[in-house]
Amino acid sequence: MTRFDVVVVGAGPAGSAAALTAAQAGASVLLLERGPFPGAKNVHGGVIYGRVLDDLVPRWWEQAPIQRWVTRRSLMMATGAQALSVDYRNGAWAEPPYNGAIAYRSEFDSWLAGVAERAGARLVCSTTATALLRGPDGSVRGVRTDREGGEVEAGVVIACDGANSLLAREAGLRPSGSAEDFALGAKEVLALPRDEIDRRFGLTGREGAAMEVLGCTADVPASAFLHTALDTVSVGVLVPAADLARSRIRPEELIAEVKAHPAIAPYLRGAELKEYAAHLVPDGSRAVLPRLAGPGILVCGDAAGLVLTAGPWLEGVNFAIGSGIAAGEAAAAAVRAGDTGAAALAGYRSRLESSFVLGDLHRFRDVPHLMRSERMRRYPRLACDAAERLLTVDNPRPKPGVTTVLREVAAAHGARMRDLARDGWQLLRSFG
Amino acid sequence: MTMSMLDRLRRRRIRRSARREAGARPERDAGGRGDAPLRPGRGSADPAAGRRPEWSEYAFGDRMATVEFRVQDEPHIVVDTAACQACPGQPCVTACPADLFTPTADGGIVFNHEQCFECGLCRLVCEGAGGDAITWSYPRGGHGVVLRWS
Ligand SMILES: Cc1cc2nc3c(=O)[nH]c(=O)nc-3n(C[C@H](O)[C@H](O)[C@H](O)COP(=O)(O)OP(=O)(O)OC[C@H]3O[C@@H](n4cnc5c(N)ncnc54)[C@H](O)[C@@H]3O)c2cc1C
Repeated sequence: MTRFDVVVVGAGPAGSAAALTAAQAGASVLLLERGPFPGAKNVHGGVIYGRVLDDLVPRWWEQAPIQRWVTRRSLMMATGAQALSVDYRNGAWAEPPYNGAIAYRSEFDSWLAGVAERAGARLVCSTTATALLRGPDGSVRGVRTDREGGEVEAGVVIACDGANSLLAREAGLRPSGSAEDFALGAKEVLALPRDEIDRRFGLTGREGAAMEVLGCTADVPASAFLHTALDTVSVGVLVPAADLARSRIRPEELIAEVKAHPAIAPYLRGAELKEYAAHLVPDGSRAVLPRLAGPGILVCGDAAGLVLTAGPWLEGVNFAIGSGIAAGEAAAAAVRAGDTGAAALAGYRSRLESSFVLGDLHRFRDVPHLMRSERMRRYPRLACDAAERLLTVDNPRPKPGVTTVLREVAAAHGARMRDLARDGWQLLRSFG
Repeated sequence: MTMSMLDRLRRRRIRRSARREAGARPERDAGGRGDAPLRPGRGSADPAAGRRPEWSEYAFGDRMATVEFRVQDEPHIVVDTAACQACPGQPCVTACPADLFTPTADGGIVFNHEQCFECGLCRLVCEGAGGDAITWSYPRGGHGVVLRWS
């Protein structure tokens, strides 16, 4: 049987970062991917926060396949017919060290896996890990694959196999998945000429836009996004799995509703559908595995539920890479020390705790639940109605005062000023 | 405004499931990966689509035809249709983003694995409804969905 110090399952961002880190630390590394190439199975909204790569791949931005750099971020609160946006632009984000990178996962994941290969990791695609191999004491000793004679022995297995993580389940680290802990992301990639995207979104050169939308799917607490690549725009929704099931609305119908919104349709008019895709996302702090390691196994990225969801904002790729780096370091250290038991691998968790990965997830742990509550969901509508009142000039009537408008609009939505103040405070606190 | 749009979407869904019950799934036949990307509304079989000139929707088969699938013969997901007969809500039917779960006349469900995104949502909503009708795994390495622009 072949043996590697470290076998990484899944060549998404978590897996490639883990493989690269372990290989750089001198371990022999096998990186398994079930797709025909890395990224073939993977979906994101479009934006990657790449600073986490600064140490691992110096000047990564000179080699990574980046379409555009985010220089415009906006949050839109919408009702059926209205929209109120906060729109932030920063031209400096189009220069190193950059802030958000827009990329296709087929290209980005293949690139990062290639970096791991060049550092010495062995990448094998079109191969699904089907089971864990166990030692007599129950500790994980390798993986079985669907290749002929495809058993591989490992000092440490790093499970980076994404949101469904069959390996974490098999290792007993993921309690049977619950619909409440996942959201479905469904998206369309729409083609438009590059100069048309530049014109509609107000961009030049490699500048890109990332827009998040709240409230435009009336019956379901979904959020929506629009992200620009060079000559495509991604438009999609993120909807809690349980709410989607309850609503009996189809995912593509939610996307249709977003695209038809009068504040969004002008961005997309005449675009051509290039690809439709769907994928699960771990949703909220409850999705994070209580234990991230067992004897002989570490779990990273989506497989471990390490995704930051804070209302309409989602960061998963950087959390996958951050956890992959920590796992690669911990695995290589354990292999070097000749002890890959649970205690020896516990360093993985402490690495995550002292980094942004568990730090941010802890800080924002209450946000997803709060943003989705009935109470908070009325705010996009309330904000739009207040804006309408304030911006409508109905002379000869005199203008109402701001507090009068707020009080009246709040009352119309069944709330009092006191509720607004309390919710505002709670929201502020949940964001730390 | 929003309500009317949702109504429109609901009507379309009801029409689609009516077609399905009649045994005809014409949209699904548009197999293969289209060479040219789709223009919205082109080839749309949906009369409601024409009512909104701003943005008419794709027929579902055209939507799925934009995605590459390297289909393996044996299904990677197996649905126990007898268990589905006891399921009151059958949430998989509307939730599946690829629309692969089709109710049958006897109250069961047939599943077609060929255009599966391998997302795992069906298993979650099945378990969420208290069921365990879905035996779920990934296709063999190198098979199944291949995404390029996502
Ligand atoms: C619609 C949507 C929008 C999103 N938007 C953003 C965004 O804008 N920004 C952001 O940062 N994040 C976003 N995310 C989240 C982000 O995509 C994920 O958090 C990220 O991909 C996690 O990386 P990963 O490596 O843990 O898992 P994945 O990217 O899922 O990679 C897992 C890999 O493992 C492979 N694999 C699985 N099982 C096996 C097996 N048994 N054997 C071999 N290989 C296997 C898969 O093929 C895959 O390549 C979004 C997600 C969705 C669905």
